[in-house]
Amino acid sequence: MSLVGHLIQVTGPIARMRTVAPVGVLEHVLVGHDRLAAEVISIDHDRATVQIYEETVGLRPGEPVHGTGHPLSVVVGPGLIGQTFDGIQRPLEVVREAQGIYLRRGAAAGLPPRRWRFTPALAVGDVVGPGAVLGSVPETPLVTNRVLVPPTLRGTLVRLAPEGDLDDTDEVACVRDAAGAMHVITLLQRWPVRRARPFRERLEPDRPLITGQRVLDTFFPIVRGGSAALPGPFGAGKTVLQHSLAKWSDAQVIVYVGCGERGNEMAQVLEEFPALVDPRSGRPLMERTILVANTSNMPVAAREASVYTGITMAEYYRDQGYHVALMADSTSRWAEALREIAGRLEEMPAEEGYPAYLPSRLAAFYERAGRVTTLAGDEGSVSVIGAVSPPGGDFTEPVTQHTQRFTRAFWALERELASARHYPAVSWKGSYSFYADNVAAWWRAESGLDWLALRRRAADVLEQDARLEQMVRLVGADALPDRQRWVIDVAALIKEGVLRQNALHEIDAFCSPAKQVRLLSLFVELHDEGASLLELGVPLMQIRERLDRGRLTRLKESVANDAPELIDEVWHETRRELASLRRQAEEQAKGAAA
Amino acid sequence: MIDVDRADRIDGPLLVIEGFGQAGYGELVEVHGPTGTHLGEVLSAGEDAAVVELWGDTTGLRARDLRVRFRGEALRLGVSREMLGRVFDGLGRPRDGLPAPVPEARLDVHGAPLNPAARDYPQDVIETGISAVDGLNTLVRGQKLPIFSGAGLPHDELASQIALQARLTGGNEDDAFAVVFVALGISHDTAAYFRERFAASGMLGRTALFLNLADDPPMERIVTPRAALTLAEHLAFEHGMHVLALMTDMTNYAEALRELSARKNEVPGRKGYPGYLYTDLAGLYERCGRARGRSGSLTQIPVLSMPGDDITHPIPDLTGYITEGQIVLSRALHRAGVYPPVDVPLSLSRLMKDGIGEGRTRDDHAEVAAQLFAAYARVREVRNLALIIGESALSPTDRTYLAFGTAFEHEVLAQGMDETRTIEATLDRAWGALSRLPMDELQRVSYAQLTKHYRDAREERTRGHA
Ligand SMILES: Nc1ncnc2c1ncn2[C@@H]1O[C@H](COP(=O)(O)OP(=O)(O)OP(=O)(O)O)[C@@H](O)[C@H]1O
Ligand SMILES: [Mg+2]
Repeated sequence: MSLVGHLIQVTGPIARMRTVAPVGVLEHVLVGHDRLAAEVISIDHDRATVQIYEETVGLRPGEPVHGTGHPLSVVVGPGLIGQTFDGIQRPLEVVREAQGIYLRRGAAAGLPPRRWRFTPALAVGDVVGPGAVLGSVPETPLVTNRVLVPPTLRGTLVRLAPEGDLDDTDEVACVRDAAGAMHVITLLQRWPVRRARPFRERLEPDRPLITGQRVLDTFFPIVRGGSAALPGPFGAGKTVLQHSLAKWSDAQVIVYVGCGERGNEMAQVLEEFPALVDPRSGRPLMERTILVANTSNMPVAAREASVYTGITMAEYYRDQGYHVALMADSTSRWAEALREIAGRLEEMPAEEGYPAYLPSRLAAFYERAGRVTTLAGDEGSVSVIGAVSPPGGDFTEPVTQHTQRFTRAFWALERELASARHYPAVSWKGSYSFYADNVAAWWRAESGLDWLALRRRAADVLEQDARLEQMVRLVGADALPDRQRWVIDVAALIKEGVLRQNALHEIDAFCSPAKQVRLLSLFVELHDEGASLLELGVPLMQIRERLDRGRLTRLKESVANDAPELIDEVWHETRRELASLRRQAEEQAKGAAA
Repeated sequence: MIDVDRADRIDGPLLVIEGFGQAGYGELVEVHGPTGTHLGEVLSAGEDAAVVELWGDTTGLRARDLRVRFRGEALRLGVSREMLGRVFDGLGRPRDGLPAPVPEARLDVHGAPLNPAARDYPQDVIETGISAVDGLNTLVRGQKLPIFSGAGLPHDELASQIALQARLTGGNEDDAFAVVFVALGISHDTAAYFRERFAASGMLGRTALFLNLADDPPMERIVTPRAALTLAEHLAFEHGMHVLALMTDMTNYAEALRELSARKNEVPGRKGYPGYLYTDLAGLYERCGRARGRSGSLTQIPVLSMPGDDITHPIPDLTGYITEGQIVLSRALHRAGVYPPVDVPLSLSRLMKDGIGEGRTRDDHAEVAAQLFAAYARVREVRNLALIIGESALSPTDRTYLAFGTAFEHEVLAQGMDETRTIEATLDRAWGALSRLPMDELQRVSYAQLTKHYRDAREERTRGHA
């Protein structure tokens, strides 16, 4: 760490310095007597501009700036899982122990030191390339950390730790490169926070990321390695949905980035997750989760960095062959941080005051989602779900618009649905997913049904219902012909019994794929059965009398995920009820003919 | 502390002192001029110039004719428990003619963010005695729950009623409770109204008032909530008190911020408000919550009037993006004579879900609230339909919704300005209203709860009628 310059001006999170020694763009520097974390963002001759990740009140011209010689980086290695970090990856629990309940500046905190049981996978003398798996340590009961050769290194293993306990800074291996230089590898490594980690090859999506949310999995699916935008006005349910995805989606590692949002929400996650059990593994959810919490009142520059800190950690687990999902809540706050900093730098504003590079930053971020072949030849993925908070709930604003361009699933939350307490308030009219075809084969194999067709039939009922809505408002549903009233009835059942899902309900919070398919089939079959009875002249009243609507719409809550066949039983019963109507109608028709 | 005996330029609220390189960013500055003393802070600290932003009115101030004192630290407020029962101005100076209490600590009014990992998740209910709040939008200790109102609506009445009636449930009756009242650009009359209501109920002793009134310098408004919340945090986290901070009217605060921003020639955002309004408001609203290992809590009820009753206006919009729900007042209900006129579909308490239920309020609370929302949503549809086709053409079921709607508004929502109801009583009233609907229609409550409450409520009602 060496002196690289002195401050000449401080304005909020931005400062200018006069350099006295070379310093690089993106270099991590420490500003002032308190050594505040900062990053060089531009250099012009002997002047440099730095962005400071901590509160700068009291900072004065003339104070020293020290260089670290490396770019602002994320530390990767075992021990990340289960932690809560701020936007520049300081473990908040460690900070709390040092500083108490308030965040003070100058907290230089690293991961708490730990020892790990290392098991080698290679032998001395082996030739290794970037990303090769040297061995592993058990990070949590759910995640085995694979210790990788750094992405930029190739050579011969000259030393490799034997099976045994290691400190995270101990040498794991030593590699001699082609030029003969020796490279020591430790469990903890660094990676520049703004640079995407390399992989061998991008792969086409092949299977859904099961979220356990019916409206998403069935109507607007996302894939492993996919990206989704989640826009909605305040209170529409973005955070609850992101939390549900973090809890129940079938990713192996979750990175949850609370970017410029509420402290109490992070407290909720910290309270809930350790107590919740992953339905697939039976282990506490915290054993697969990393949290990044840079709340709205924490420094704005660190908010800007938080999404990069998050996605870099996500890629690190992807590179070990895991399927990782990252939730960012909310990307709008990140964009606003960019805007605030651009304003301080007196950059020329483009749309709505955002800097002209907003779209390219968003594109680059979502580009880091994907299903890939890792450098080691394994398969891994990062799925990204970004919440968007449009001012006034208006989706034509720049962040929503650009995010929409760079993501392939769009989950629009609607204020009307939310205020009717229809959650998740995912609009079935305003949402879409381009991934349906990618996941159709998986669903067909899983359910043995023509999933695309089933889904289309349900969507068709909802569309017809939407078209009838206006009429109903004008004349009331009772004035419509039976055939149309039946569509409205079934649409209401689908909305209540399938689309609506209670995130707080013990059973309904998560819905297994098998249960989803059966529920949907039930209502689609019911629709067709009823329509054919109406054709036979059965009055709608009689059909309604035979239906226990409350029972049907509560199946989502009454049937456990591992007993989906109960839904089929209810359907058989319902069909028997309706069959008697059919017999009556047929007899009547016969009687009339005779 | 450094004194400089001149400035080089005054540009709106900005004071430029060339050749002065010893300022610290954000430090407090006092400017003594012929028109009195002004406060401000360093906006840009450069080696060859310092730029100071002044909060007061700068008209009449001349650059050559003043003395600038750099205080070497950010604005601090001396805080003490003795400040309860006292009245302060917008900068935290006594306004009641009494000497300033001896401070227990002098704290930076900007505060410091609570470490997210040091927060406790708020789950303990505050009973306000108001059905529309307790039943449908339950307030939790450590929550920020604003009131979105409009000109002429009874937000002052509701806010003060909440402050007066608020009590802790769950056997913590004796826990110390305090109110920090923050007036932001409101009239003397309104301030007097609050004072009288607090006084009449003997609550002034547990209240600290920070008053920046309509005729006080608008720029001081930027400091007022910060000073008040500094005291509130101190009481909550150092003294273990349960503090309710009532801040009214946040619209005046945001307008002061807009004015300051415009005078600084910053790039304006939506409706002229600065792009950092979200971050700025969050810096206030997030000063709220519970902290691990501390027994107190800080709850906020910011009150704001929505310009043009528009909930998408930047002030309510950004507030709603930061707070944990909102209580929206409805002009239509107000006209219909319902007090408090809480707009049910638009109102929401986000922390309610984990604060209510068995062992906290009552086991049927969540389901009843959900059912009321759903049924009332239907009421609005049916009323619209009735306007078109006439009430007599409605189906029998739809007519029961009309009956439910009236009962709900008048027996559940409406109550007296001095009337306190227990949560229990609120929920019983809710069942009374719901019992107007056929049992089939109550899809959001479980069979178990229906059996427990529905028939009883129906019988109770028919007995009442007989
Ligand atoms: N799936 C759900 N099930 C039950 N309740 C829900 C659900 N989604 C949302 N809610 C309710 O809506 C409230 C607001 O949801 P949430 O906090 O997710 O909104 P948001 O879109 O993140 O808002 P903001 O942009 O202000 O952060 C929740 O506190 C909860 O009461
Ligand atoms: Mg949210």
